[in-house]
Parts: sequence; C-alpha cells; structure tokens
Amino acid sequence: MLRYTIRRLLFAVPTLLVISFIIFALLDLAPGDPTANLPLTIDAATREQIRLSLGLGEPFHIRYIAWLNQFFIKEPMNILEEWWGGPIGDSAGRMRIRSWSTRSPVVDLIVERTPQTLWVVGMSYVVGILIAIPIGVISAYRQYSWIDQAGTLFSMIGFSVPTFFTGLVLIVIFSVNLNWLPMIYDTTHRVTDWQSFVFQFKQMAMPVMVLALFNAAQISRFMRSSMLDNLNQDYVRTARAKGMKERVVVMVHVLRNSLIPVVTVIALGVPQIFGGAIITEQIFRVNGLGALLIGGIEAADIPLVQTLTFIFAVLIVAFNLIADLLYGILDPRIRYD
Amino acid sequence: MTDAPAIIAAIDGQKPHRSLWYDVWAQFSTHRGALAGAAVFALIVLAVAFGPYLHTIDPGYLDYKAKNLGPSWGHPFGTDNLGRDMLAQVLAGGRVSMAVGFTAMGLSLLVGALIGVLAGFFRWLDGPLMRLTDLFLALPLLPLLLVIIMLFRDTLRRAFGPETGIFLLIVFVIGITSWMQTARIVRGDVLALKEREFVLAARSIGTRERRIITRHILPNVLSPVMVSATLGLANAIITESALSFLGLGFPSDFPTWGRLLFDGKDFLTLTPVRVLWPGLAISLTVLSVNFMGDGLRDALDPRIRGR
Repeated sequence: MLRYTIRRLLFAVPTLLVISFIIFALLDLAPGDPTANLPLTIDAATREQIRLSLGLGEPFHIRYIAWLNQFFIKEPMNILEEWWGGPIGDSAGRMRIRSWSTRSPVVDLIVERTPQTLWVVGMSYVVGILIAIPIGVISAYRQYSWIDQAGTLFSMIGFSVPTFFTGLVLIVIFSVNLNWLPMIYDTTHRVTDWQSFVFQFKQMAMPVMVLALFNAAQISRFMRSSMLDNLNQDYVRTARAKGMKERVVVMVHVLRNSLIPVVTVIALGVPQIFGGAIITEQIFRVNGLGALLIGGIEAADIPLVQTLTFIFAVLIVAFNLIADLLYGILDPRIRYD
Repeated sequence: MTDAPAIIAAIDGQKPHRSLWYDVWAQFSTHRGALAGAAVFALIVLAVAFGPYLHTIDPGYLDYKAKNLGPSWGHPFGTDNLGRDMLAQVLAGGRVSMAVGFTAMGLSLLVGALIGVLAGFFRWLDGPLMRLTDLFLALPLLPLLLVIIMLFRDTLRRAFGPETGIFLLIVFVIGITSWMQTARIVRGDVLALKEREFVLAARSIGTRERRIITRHILPNVLSPVMVSATLGLANAIITESALSFLGLGFPSDFPTWGRLLFDGKDFLTLTPVRVLWPGLAISLTVLSVNFMGDGLRDALDPRIRGR
C-alpha cells in the first residue's frame, strides 16, 4: 500500500507539471494584450515599460520556470510563514503572485473567498449524500417497485435539469412569488444570535438545495447499483440463514459493503463540485471561488485565473489519488502491490 | 423459374428474417421511458426545424410598445424587455443549441472513437494515448473552457464574423474536452474484439490492418459509440447553455437557450415566465435524450436483449 501510494504520488508530479504547462501556455500564447484594459491616454513607450515590469520581456521558458518556482516553492513558503507566525528565510525579498486588477496577492484573495464556497458547496454535498443514500438503499431493496421507479425518475430529472434552471425556478417560487427566502446571498452576514442564524439558514437554503439535488441524483444511482450487486451475494444468504434480523442484514452487512464504491465516487466528485459551484454561485451571487474566477476572466486578470485553474487541477489529481487509496483501505480484497 | 429468396422464406416457415436492428428496435420499444423520450425529442427537433415557418415573427424584431407582455395569442410565450417575441426567440435559440449540440457531439465521437480504436488496436500507441486520456480527465474542464473562450473569442470573431467565430470556438472546445469517456469505452471493446476468431480469420487471409479496422472492428464498436453519442449530445447542450449562461457564449442578439436564460434572469421579478421557456426547452431536451440513451443501452446490450 505504501509503495503504491509513493508510486502514485510520483506519477502525480509529471501529470501536474504537464497540466501546469498547458494552462500556462494557453494563457501565455493567447492573443491579447494585458495592457489593453488600461486608459487610452497612456502612450506606447509607457505601455512597453508596463509590459516589461510585468515580466513579459523574458522568453517563454524563463517565465514558465519562474511561475513554477513561484507556485510550488515561494507561495507555499508564504502560507507556512502565516501559520508559523514568524519569518522563515528571506521573507521580505520573496515575491508574491499578484492579481493584475486588485494588485493584492492572489493567495490572499483565494483565502478570503474559500470559506463561502466551502460552506455552501460543502453543505450541499453533505445534504446530497444524506438524501442519496436512503433513496439508493430503498430503491435497491424494493427493486422495480413504485418507489424504485420514482427514485429513478428523480435521479434522471436531477441529472438532466441543469443547475442554472433549477436555481432560477427556485428563486421564482420562493423569492418572487412566496417571498420566503432572500434572492441574493449576503456574504458579510455574521451569525451571532438565533435570528441571524435563521437568516443564514434561509439564505443558504436555495443554493444548497440546488446543488444537493444534482449531487443526490448521481450518488443515489451508484448507491442503488452497488446495493443490488451486494444483495445477491452469498454472504447475505448466509446471514439470513443464521437467523439474523432483516434489518441487521440490510443495514449492517449489505449497506457497509455497498458503501465502499460509493465512498470513492463521493471522493471523486469533490473537485467537480467546485466546477458546478461556479454556476450556482453566479445565480445566487455567492461571493466565493467561482465568482472570483468569473470576475478574473471578465477582467482578463491572468495571474488570478492561472492560479485558480491550476488549484482546481490540483484538487482533481489529489482527489483521484484519495479515491483510489480509500478504495484500497476500505476493501481488503483490493491489493495494489 | 422460382427465385431463391422466396424458397428460403418458405423453408423458414414464411417468416421474414429478423435482423439485428429489428431486435434492437423490439427491445427499445419495450422501454416506455425511452419511447417517450424519443417522441419528445422528435417533437422538439421538428418544432425547432419547422416552427419558424409557422410562427413567422422575426426573433430580432423590436416592438417597444409590446414589451414585457405575458402569454397571449399574438405572443404565445410573451415578449421580453425589448418587445421581442419569446416563442420566436426560443425556436431560433433551439436551432443554435441543437446545431452546437450535434456538431460538438460529432466531433467528440470522432476524436473519441479514433483514439479508442488506435489505443486498443495498436499496442505501442496504447500507453501514450491512455496517458493522454488520463491527462484530459484531470483537467478542470469548466474553468478551462471559460478561459479558452475568453482568450480566443475576439480573434475568432475577427476572423470568421461574430456568430460563426463563436460557433466554431464553442463546438471545438466542447468537442475537444468531452471525448475521453468514449475513447475509454471503445478501447476496452477493441481490446476484446481484436482477440476474437473473426479478426484472426481476417488476418490469416491477408487482410490489411486498415481494412480490419474499418470492416471488422468499427461495426462492432458501433453500439457503445451510439450510447455515448446520446450522452455526448446531452452534455454538449448543457455545456453550451452553461457557457452562455455565464455570459461567455454567443452575443445577446443571437439567441441560444442558455443566452435567453442569462438575459431573462435579470427580470425575475418582472417577467418570471421568461426564464421558464428556454429552461424547460433545455431540460426537456436533455431529459429526453438521456431517456433515449438509457433505452438504447439496454437495447444494444445482447445480455439484456430478449429477456
């Protein structure tokens, strides 16, 4: 297992390097001028100086290596420093990746926006799993019954109807017609007492439900097929023959074994959630990572977009690895070595 | 002189031969969801294709006196904030969304099937091509799509005109980022197929590799490709709508379903029905395509067929 982990980690390094190269090259070779958004009164010579000061005078490979150095060595050092409290090494001379539009370090922007995304997206994932597992279990246990058909239809609809439509429909129903829930997510809201907690609950309800429905649709399908695979196994018959209660057979023996592949699916889905959250954040005006990315794209803020996209890629690679390792840990039949 | 097929039919007991596609259809038609999906999808395609000839209002015609209207006989879906007819816009938008969906799906199938067949058939290509597939699966697709469109939008607009340029760009980026599942499935099938006896037989009579692939391998991987075609169509329509919804798709005087949603979302309190029609159109199309894919998967699976 340890050897496998090390091998996978080593394999992740070239993958990430190639991805970072693709992202860097895509942004770098694209037509477009970073000084195009500046006022027209700036003359050509000054523009050239601005371009040089942004480091655009260096050749391509030097800039790529400088960016890698910045991303993999200098920025992690900065983060470590913040945790540590004191300076580590040459902290004043170390450069930061700076956003072109706000001039503040990109990492600070990301740290500022992450809690909102994690709250809304994380909560929706948890709610989605809590909806999906009972549906999957009951659908499989009563295969082809009306409840299974309803579950299938539910997951088909949840899978097909895009989040940007469910979100708008929920807004029309609950905000415009019933006036129960706020339309826009207020990021500055702080929970201090019961009333503010109720408000927080209300403003989170819609974005969380939209994403939770989408997640539940996918996970409940996996749960159902995994339960069906296990319900016909010999150990289930043995457990029943021993005279165990049906409840124990299903909820302990079958459920625990069926959850193994579902857990890996859940782990694999985590980075995709961040992608899906881009749209949901846009609908409900949640001021999270997705909104940061869209804002960066609209302002042609290349360092910000580069860093965020690459962080999404790191998340995908990391959770792929976690899913495979989890599978090996949870299922003793799987041996990678 | 009697002709041969008639005699054979007589020997078989007067029954015409059942072909593979007859069997597939027989299984497909027992799946109620798939039939309903096919009917709804056909209806939407027909409406989008021929609707503009029946409902002849120009989708771009501005009529300020008739802005923000609810549904009426003159405007069955109402009008938007500039007095444009919503039904005409939904129909025109459907043409673009469907065109993007079908073209992007075609491109993604072409790339996926090509890479899958090459990786499955030629051992020396397997490793590199599958690493490439893994790499594409590890890319953050939605952010990357947004970035590509932001960066290349203006150049392509200048080169091909505002509509064609964006169309080509969107079809290309969706096609190039959604072929991985097809490639994996096709590769798996080809790996199993090339060890079969009929491929060995073809090889032993001196058939060239190109001919083996086109004549023996490709027809046999048709069923997984067809199933991924339905999934690809649904995925392409959703992706295009998502891009347009984020404001990075087609320009606003050129309606697509996602663009209509994007434009309508700022008028939720004034004319909430405006988002209903394009949203329903996307949802119904994707839902019906997914149901068709479900039925097709069952119908093309010989283990399920005939049960």
